[in-house]
Amino acid sequence: MINDVIVSILLIGGALMSLAAGIGLVRFPDLLSRMHAATKPQVLGLLLFLLALAVETGSWALVPLLVLCWIFQLLTSPVSAHMVGRAGYRTRHLRRDLLTLDELDDVVARAAATDPGRADRAGETRPEAGDGPT
Amino acid sequence: MIAVVYVTGGILSVAVLLALYRAVRGPSILDRVLALDVVLAVIGAGLVLNMVLGRHLDNLVLLVAISLIGFIGSVTVARFVTDRK
Repeated sequence: MINDVIVSILLIGGALMSLAAGIGLVRFPDLLSRMHAATKPQVLGLLLFLLALAVETGSWALVPLLVLCWIFQLLTSPVSAHMVGRAGYRTRHLRRDLLTLDELDDVVARAAATDPGRADRAGETRPEAGDGPT
Repeated sequence: MIAVVYVTGGILSVAVLLALYRAVRGPSILDRVLALDVVLAVIGAGLVLNMVLGRHLDNLVLLVAISLIGFIGSVTVARFVTDRK
């Protein structure tokens, strides 16, 4: 009985994470803020759903398998988010007026200053370029 | 318990419809990749819901495969996005 209540709360919580991501995808103004909304069901929603599955089956032997499943998602989603965010920054799919701080802009400007030949494509400069040994 | 499963399925359906709206409307291809990532996450949630309902573990392999597909897909598309100016 108490298990059913816990499972219900976890399932509905996980589903609400997905709903929050959907609403955020529709209503948020640009790519970076949409990325913020889109990560909720990938990590937190999956965690809640896997917890519901663990409580429902009630066996400890299952837990390492579920942890493995979740860790895999936890490792892959930041990498893909990094790639999408970098591509969005380089192709200028962001609204500058919504940013409060752009640390990458300083790095790009410094890299363009130390290497004037690449100034014309400063927007595409790798963010690591300014940090390396000169 | 059945009612909870129906409510959860309904919420997931609304979420996937909103994400598909963004995938259709999305101004850039990166928005579409992001929206389809959310669709994949909702599909994974549906697989877990199926496992909870049927009290079986057949879909765990599919869950890992879906997160792998989402990872490879979005990384590949983001790698080849170029500025068309």
